[in-house]
Amino acid sequence: MQFELTEEQKMMQKMVREFAAKEVAPGSAARDEEEKFDRSLYDALGELGVTGICFPEQYGGAGADTLSYILAIEELSRVDSGLGIALSASVSLGGWPIYAYGSEEQKKKYLAPLAEGRTLGAFGLTEPNAGTDAAAQQTVAVLQGDHYVLNGSKIFITNGGEAETYVILAMTDKAKGARGISAFILEKGMPGFTFGKKEHKLGIRSSQTMELVFQDVAVPAANLLGKEGDGFKIAMTTLDGGRIGVAAQALGIAQAALDHAAKYAKERVQFGKPIAANQAVAFTLADMATQIDAARLLTYRAAYCKDKGLPYSKEAAMAKLYASDAAMAIAVDAVQVYGGYGYSREYPVERLMRDAKITQIYEGTNQVQRMVISAAILR
Amino acid sequence: MAVKVNQDKCIGCSACVGACPFGAIEMQGGSKAFITEACTACGACIDACPAQTIVREQEARQTAVDKDAYRDVWVYMELNGGQPRSVGLELLGEGRKLADAMGQQLAAVLIGDGVEPIAQEAFAAGADKVYLVEGPEYAHYTTDAFAIAAVDLIDTYKPAVLLLGATNDGRDLGPRVACRIGTGLTADCTGLGIDEATGLVAWTRPAFGGNIMATILCPDNRPQMGTVRPKVFKKPVPDHSRSGELIRVASKVRPGDIRTRLVDIIKVCTAACNLEEAEVIVSGGRGLCKPENFALVEELAGVLGAAVGASRAAVDAGWKPALHQVGQTGKTVAPKIYFACGISGAIQHLAGMSSSDIIVAINKDPDAPIFKVADYGLVGDVLEVLPILTEELKKIRQAG
Amino acid sequence: MEIVVCVKQVPDTTEVKIDPVTNTLIRQGVPSIVNPFDKNAVEAALVLKEKHGGKVTVLSMGPPQAKDALKECLAMGADAAILVSDRAFGGADTLATSYTLAAAIRKLGAVDLILCGKQAIDGDTAQVGPEIAEHLGIAQVTYVAKIDIDGAAARLEREHEDGYEVIEAGLPVLVTVVKSANEPRYPTVKGTMRANRAEIPVWTVADLDTDPARLGLKGSPTQVRKIFTPKQRTQGVLIAKDTAREAVAELIAKLSAAKIV
Repeated sequence: MQFELTEEQKMMQKMVREFAAKEVAPGSAARDEEEKFDRSLYDALGELGVTGICFPEQYGGAGADTLSYILAIEELSRVDSGLGIALSASVSLGGWPIYAYGSEEQKKKYLAPLAEGRTLGAFGLTEPNAGTDAAAQQTVAVLQGDHYVLNGSKIFITNGGEAETYVILAMTDKAKGARGISAFILEKGMPGFTFGKKEHKLGIRSSQTMELVFQDVAVPAANLLGKEGDGFKIAMTTLDGGRIGVAAQALGIAQAALDHAAKYAKERVQFGKPIAANQAVAFTLADMATQIDAARLLTYRAAYCKDKGLPYSKEAAMAKLYASDAAMAIAVDAVQVYGGYGYSREYPVERLMRDAKITQIYEGTNQVQRMVISAAILR
Repeated sequence: MAVKVNQDKCIGCSACVGACPFGAIEMQGGSKAFITEACTACGACIDACPAQTIVREQEARQTAVDKDAYRDVWVYMELNGGQPRSVGLELLGEGRKLADAMGQQLAAVLIGDGVEPIAQEAFAAGADKVYLVEGPEYAHYTTDAFAIAAVDLIDTYKPAVLLLGATNDGRDLGPRVACRIGTGLTADCTGLGIDEATGLVAWTRPAFGGNIMATILCPDNRPQMGTVRPKVFKKPVPDHSRSGELIRVASKVRPGDIRTRLVDIIKVCTAACNLEEAEVIVSGGRGLCKPENFALVEELAGVLGAAVGASRAAVDAGWKPALHQVGQTGKTVAPKIYFACGISGAIQHLAGMSSSDIIVAINKDPDAPIFKVADYGLVGDVLEVLPILTEELKKIRQAG
Repeated sequence: MEIVVCVKQVPDTTEVKIDPVTNTLIRQGVPSIVNPFDKNAVEAALVLKEKHGGKVTVLSMGPPQAKDALKECLAMGADAAILVSDRAFGGADTLATSYTLAAAIRKLGAVDLILCGKQAIDGDTAQVGPEIAEHLGIAQVTYVAKIDIDGAAARLEREHEDGYEVIEAGLPVLVTVVKSANEPRYPTVKGTMRANRAEIPVWTVADLDTDPARLGLKGSPTQVRKIFTPKQRTQGVLIAKDTAREAVAELIAKLSAAKIV
């Protein structure tokens, strides 16, 4: 067993950490306050090649591994988990299905610009009446000659409105249920493709979440991803990968919460000594650190399995389940360590607490993760 | 001279590892101290070793120079627009003390174009002699011409000690000259003295971003050279009755020796950024939150007739140009009053301003390190405090 | 255009703390970084290369782990890196260091421009650059904020106490670079991968044409006699009031009483 990052992974981690500390951290509280997604930061990630870490060079990527990419999400999420999820949504949810299921033409046209960070990607599965029950899709696509006509809407779409490239799930054959779902690549600006309301969220407010509306959108048949009926499989496998990204995001939030809490506990003096000198506080920090390490091992293991071509659906679900629960608990504890200051928006930990919550919900609630895990072990 | 561990006697306590400022000691096999190549022979570990197993080994050195042939303390008088910079006079004052302690004479080195009258200022500041090199090639500083003149003087008149100001030009000239002569140069000194054991000049300077002080000797090479920070020493009160020996030395610079050409001088500095000479400085830091808020610092400076400084954080954030930076990697200042507004007081900042006579600090964090050095610390939000302070001081000025 | 950039791996001195009990330096956990001013020098070199073509070689003297610093420069975009490392170079002061680096630069062959940071943040001496220039017998311009190259000449803006000097110098020239010169780029992902795979040659004393008496501790005229922590000023009065106005009134009262204002 190897528990150490490779030299290359360490260098990649250091590089993103430095960028995050100097360029991302300074404005992250303000972006949260203003609910503002800063596209220029994402563009900078593209210029550095972070958006293409795990895609092959022929499609504009760097040809590195998933773990390096996961490290990047973790590092970004330590200072701005909204940017962390924007990256994950673009790469894992927007880019990856095109990489895994797309034709050569689709990869050249859509994946390469995504990998180079020139475009932003998004993924549309969830609908008002089709959350966990993905087969209840009401968005429909009807083949008319050389194109499909899409009608319907998607909600809670990360990068919605900002993204140029969307992987959208729609029903092509309602009679077949889940097997009647197909995946399409849509471009921002296609006639009839508009955006609904911008979601005002509890946390990750520096990422943009929007409703997508399709009204007789003519999508060229060449933009069908895979075959008709492949949609459900594409969606489920895409989410498997996305969950590693969410786990990494949770890990970043948790690590930031611990870092802040530990620093504060050493500086804050009460009754003539730093509060860290109290076991009540010190043990809280010890528990935080232990949970983070466990979450980290699960998350890196899931990325490792994906890189090695091993099954990773259950591993990704476990990583996401554990890391997100850990992040939530740790962020709550960090606020507690800060006491009254923790509740104030002048200090960073309340934001981490608000940001952590979503990791237990999206890309499959943690209840869904347990369904995935139990299904795998009871198979 | 090297520092060695007598490994047979090493008790493996690793006290030396923590004491080494350079991280140059490792525990080999977990039980014996080993000194790596990062060692600078500073000797910090010698004092730290409870078993007295670390020793300084004297190595036989071939002494190339006849040290007795080198006498007198020299001060390079840097000129700016034909006038001596304050640091040259400060060093004459301090050089006088060194020369007296060594029982030698104090000389000023004056290189310029038509600068003979300045010799009188050097005598008034304590010089016994002035070495004067004049010529049109010295109208402005160039590394090449000034190095040739300085090296020629040193080769001919052999001083024991040469002091230069740690200004941009002084730090440009010093290493060039020291290297050509093949002697040691201690940069950016903040303290000068005589090492009792050896009679050598003990050069004291901050290192590691101001976290530690090092005292440095130059035992075997001459002259012993150092650049000294401006404002560390006080300018001596001039004694115009003094005079001394003026030694004119012909310029040895030949055509083609000067490989750089000064095309233009762009002055961007107003009184507000003349930090080195200022009696009052108002500095701002990260606590100002936004670049616009620097106006609050400037308003206070305006009322006090003060220069405006900035912390590294404020300069790095682009709120103020680097010319305003106070600190280890910026300017060293020592005004009568220093106002630190919204500056936390990182060591690197303190290294540049802690010799100020009076420090007034305003910061909302009562635990900020700046308060540990401040004579007057005001706990409060600088954005709230500054306008009131400016207003109140304005009233006092108007009344007075 | 052949450009050599001299870089140093330094402890991040902004992270160094003093143990309040033992009054010694806490080095633990202090990261090793590329000297920040040297990064400005690397950036300046890369910009010149992009404009005029050529090659950027980064050179460092230090222990084997200084390779990490060189790798970071390669990841930024430098073409080649060389580490000069040998126990014989240990304990060198600026004179011995510059002598060794100058020997390494001579071994590299013809060079048009040598760039250094204005100073290293651990020693802050600003001497190695000028001393390399002297060893090599070439011109130097220090504290440079702007570099333009036109044919065989450089036009440089040199920072001065109260502004800038515009200086022209023929090539080759050694230039030391200040922070305001540029904003160093971040390494890219691909650059990082390339740097990680690059071979960095290590030159030892056997590879350089040098006089052993001028190397390392033996070749260093200056010797550290003593290390100590700086004397702290003593803390004065702390004013904490409910309102800013009360606090200011108290401050002014105290300053007036002490005849400061």
